[in-house]
Amino acid sequence: MKSLRVEKPKGSNIGSCTVDLSRADDDTLMIRLAGAWIIKNRPPNAEAVTERLDSESGIRRVCFDTNALTAWDSRLLTFLIKIHDYSDAHEIEVDPQCLPEGVRGLLELAQSVPERKGAHRKGAHESMLSRIGNRSLALGREIEENFSFMGEACLSFGRFFVGKARYRRSDLLLMIQECGPAALPIITLISVLVGLILAFVGAVQLQMFGAQIYVANLVGLGMTREMGAMMAAIIMAGRTGAAFAAQLGSMQVNEEIDAFKTMGIPPMDFLVLPRMLALILMMPMLSLYADLMGILGGLLVGVGMLDITLLEYYHQTEAAIGMNDVLGGLFKSVVFGVLVALAGCLRGMQCGRSSSAVGDAATMAVVTGIVWIIVSDSILTLIYNALGI
Amino acid sequence: MQPDAHITVRDLTMAYGDFVIQKDLNFTISRGDIFIIMGGSGCGKSTLLRHLIGLLRPAKGEIYYEQQNFWQSSPAERDRLIRRTGVLYQSGALWSSMTLAENVALPLGEYTDLSADEIRDIVSLKLALVGLAGFEAYYPSEISGGMQKRAGLARAIALDPEILFFDEPSAGLDPVSAKRLDDLILSLRDNLGATVVVVTHELASLFAIGTNSVFLDAESRTIIAGGNPKQLLIETTNPTVREFLTRGESTV
Repeated sequence: MKSLRVEKPKGSNIGSCTVDLSRADDDTLMIRLAGAWIIKNRPPNAEAVTERLDSESGIRRVCFDTNALTAWDSRLLTFLIKIHDYSDAHEIEVDPQCLPEGVRGLLELAQSVPERKGAHRKGAHESMLSRIGNRSLALGREIEENFSFMGEACLSFGRFFVGKARYRRSDLLLMIQECGPAALPIITLISVLVGLILAFVGAVQLQMFGAQIYVANLVGLGMTREMGAMMAAIIMAGRTGAAFAAQLGSMQVNEEIDAFKTMGIPPMDFLVLPRMLALILMMPMLSLYADLMGILGGLLVGVGMLDITLLEYYHQTEAAIGMNDVLGGLFKSVVFGVLVALAGCLRGMQCGRSSSAVGDAATMAVVTGIVWIIVSDSILTLIYNALGI
Repeated sequence: MQPDAHITVRDLTMAYGDFVIQKDLNFTISRGDIFIIMGGSGCGKSTLLRHLIGLLRPAKGEIYYEQQNFWQSSPAERDRLIRRTGVLYQSGALWSSMTLAENVALPLGEYTDLSADEIRDIVSLKLALVGLAGFEAYYPSEISGGMQKRAGLARAIALDPEILFFDEPSAGLDPVSAKRLDDLILSLRDNLGATVVVVTHELASLFAIGTNSVFLDAESRTIIAGGNPKQLLIETTNPTVREFLTRGESTV
């Protein structure tokens, strides 16, 4: 490959490059290029030339003088292409004879494949109204997509309950392993710490009244009614929901989902169903486990710092928590399980066909999952409150 | 409609939203053909394939499998039609969480009443046909790209399909592996009696195996040539087609 530059810029001339226009004869404009036409320099705009061509009538031809040109790169080419485009549009002939050989070759190359008609994307200049309109339409489509996904998931569950769903039992077991036992270490850590935090916050206030024994009530109720289910769900949204989205998304990129469709195997049954089932089954168990671990965290604070005996703490907790509280928390966790699994699978199946789309899908799965968890939790808490549970 | 037509495409227009990719496509794929869909990059070859196998719905026009209108059939009927085809995707599209044997066995388990032993025998046979005997227990990520393609082919022929679709079979393969895959396609066509549809822009491959073809043009967005590729090379007067088939080295 030939070197692009004619010669290396040297001497004091490095900083300057100029263009000089003159009429060579009646219908010819001579463009004299001098100095180093390289990216580092700031040469004159091509507009200077096109304005000259505009203002002076009778120019039918453009030619170049490059005797004083010491170096060039893409800077010169973009300049020349602008002149070329202008000249083509105004029926002016461009005589490339005196340009360096490399420049001529590259200009020809740049113009050999004409721009594909319709390939240009619409510019970014959309009016505010049309942007709002487009967004609303897109939102409508997205909501429709989400509901049709939920509908398909329901149908798939229907097939599962009548024993007609096509999935592999080994996949389901693997997913259960992935959503259950494999998540225990992190659930343990987070729940114990949440229990500790609750106990600390409560202890500071309750000690003022000498009522530190009620830390057991606070932690016990807080974990079973709210925090156990919610923390487990948020961990699973970050851990498993994102994994679902990434797995399904990369299968989408790799055409594996197309392969299921053309084999006549519904990806809903084969991929989504085992994932949702596994998470919905495991979530209440994880949540129950998180409750216990949280109470253990509270116990550490109570026994270690507040001089409550083990037995006192146990009896206080036992008296504080009713069956209603535990069942209410478990019901929440089932709802969260459905939502987290749905969010992960939905974003995975909607994934585009590039590797960055897989990352987006995983992010969206976590965001969607957490939003759904918090919103549904507030609604459920309100309902519990109204029902007096 | 021709009596030996296997797939007939009538006035097909393909579009993503408002953006028309190809329009007014008309062609017939006869039984036993090795039918090449060719054209420059980005002209919509793979999109046409995805329309033929029912993954995308035409914006306009009809696709017939033999005498049956594909998109006017019920979903169950469409499923049945597609079941008679096998597809080899560009990347192989093997299910990455399953071994090669499980990949090939899955459609057999779904659509036949064979016992596990019988399925195992058939899986071994199909893998042996594509030169992968003994690789049953490997996962797709453990074998090379060429082997993944061949394993994908083994899965595509698992149910002895009547029509085999190939999306850029030789993309990413070295010339020798590409040649071997071509030979494999030829012998499968001859021995299974299948119709083969290949999307490709590999000249060596399309001259070696093609018996009929269409040329999709990105500029005019429709078919500008068709016929046996070797014949086409001799007879075509269209400069675009000529340039494509001769890699632009023609002096005519």
